[in-house]
Amino acid sequence: MIDQRERFYRVAPELLEQDGRLALVLAEIGVGYLEPHIGERIRARVVNVGIREQLLVSFASGLALAGMRPIVHTFAPFLIERPFEQVKLDFGHQGVGGILVSSGGSYSMAAGGETHFGHRDVALLDTLDEWAVHVPGHADEAEHALREAVRGDDRVYIRLDGKSNRHRYADGPGFTVLRSGNLGTVITVGPTADAVLAAAEGRDVTVLYAERIRPFDAHTLRETLTTPDVVIVEPYLSGTSIPYVTDALSDVRHRVIGLGVGHHELRKYGTPKEHENAHGLDVRGISSSFDAFFGDASDLRY
Amino acid sequence: MTPTYDDLPALMTRMTGDEKHDASATSTLDVIWVLYHHVLRTDPARPEDPDRDRFLVSKGHGPMAYYAVLAAHGFIGIDLLDTFGEFDSPLGYHPDRTLVPGVEISSGSLGHGLPIATGTATALKLQRRAARVVVLVGDAELDEGSNIEAIQYAGRAGLGNLTVVVIDNESAGLGWPGGIHSRFDIEGWTSTDVDGRDHDALRAAFESGTPDTPHVVVAHV
Repeated sequence: MIDQRERFYRVAPELLEQDGRLALVLAEIGVGYLEPHIGERIRARVVNVGIREQLLVSFASGLALAGMRPIVHTFAPFLIERPFEQVKLDFGHQGVGGILVSSGGSYSMAAGGETHFGHRDVALLDTLDEWAVHVPGHADEAEHALREAVRGDDRVYIRLDGKSNRHRYADGPGFTVLRSGNLGTVITVGPTADAVLAAAEGRDVTVLYAERIRPFDAHTLRETLTTPDVVIVEPYLSGTSIPYVTDALSDVRHRVIGLGVGHHELRKYGTPKEHENAHGLDVRGISSSFDAFFGDASDLRY
Repeated sequence: MTPTYDDLPALMTRMTGDEKHDASATSTLDVIWVLYHHVLRTDPARPEDPDRDRFLVSKGHGPMAYYAVLAAHGFIGIDLLDTFGEFDSPLGYHPDRTLVPGVEISSGSLGHGLPIATGTATALKLQRRAARVVVLVGDAELDEGSNIEAIQYAGRAGLGNLTVVVIDNESAGLGWPGGIHSRFDIEGWTSTDVDGRDHDALRAAFESGTPDTPHVVVAHV
């Protein structure tokens, strides 16, 4: 089964074939993988600017200013963090759209260490105006997000992860109800869903699945709310979406916690699985967080 | 009524309140005037024409000369100049493309215009449009490394529809040993050094260059 990134490398050239407005802008990363899929008709619209990430983003903005729709791709820290001012000004302040597609997730390149970790991306984009953020949990979702994004003119970030769920869970742009319960709500974002569903087994809680986390689907959270105890599990910086949960429930006395990648540098290498365990994002870690949070709530005063 | 160069000081006075303008305030004036009056194919009635030439003011600082020339050529009303810098004026100390017709990029943070221009020049080539892209940068602005990324890329991609004009008033703190043009020359650009106040020389410089290489005009003021 091909992963999210490989699916992107297959689908993006196909979309370029269909739509002359599209261009793919790269900074070496992905060039070798894409090469077999690049036909002569689209070769001129696949631009590799070399290892120049400031140029990567500004160049894409220049394409957009001339009416094209750029798809910009590299690893998350080099796409969002290094050229952050370019993302801020050359898309947001210029008032143009584009599609940023990162790969590597938070720690898909676990042995690469801190320089290649991408867990701060969504929190950084939250400081900017009007970025839609997709966190696919499956290659089919990644493909769908890309196909939808190329049709628009807005600013879209698609965050490809090395980890995928066993199934495609998203059934629309908003949150998808995976289970219903009475004692609280868990929002599981993208590739965290399989572990969350396993940890929620036997608990009387609602589980909402988010492939698109921005704009935040406050409506579904409110519509399905039972006991106002909410856990949000994100595959990037822990707590990133807590303000959005709190805003959505501003008129309800509620409790909320955020699970995700810790703020402290671990200075560890190894495998993505080992990092998942270290951040408490494995079934055992999530389950023990659920125990603590949903445990005996009878002594809590609302 | 056709504007003349002599109309510009009065237009600038509407923004600055000063009768006289020092060299730094007018460092870009001759270049921008020559571009709008003699070189660029633009139409104030159609500021969004996809075939228009693009003029990107990258440095963004001290835009009075820019606004004066835009007003003289009918892109913005002359009365607007009186509102320069006010809360709800479209004319800020750094331009915003979403507020001012004819302004191609919002600028002010240094080192964004030239990298953006490489993308726009590439898009115009892909769309088979004859339009050219001209970017104005300052000599001190070239300190920003993002420019170097763009200079390298544009030279190797042979963006013949891209022209950079560097306003060189020797304000770069650490200077440019060997000359500014040498940074471009080594990356395959053609270059012209010119007196940045000499209108005929500027016009000739903007009309020189080759179709297959980007061109830089270093305008000494």
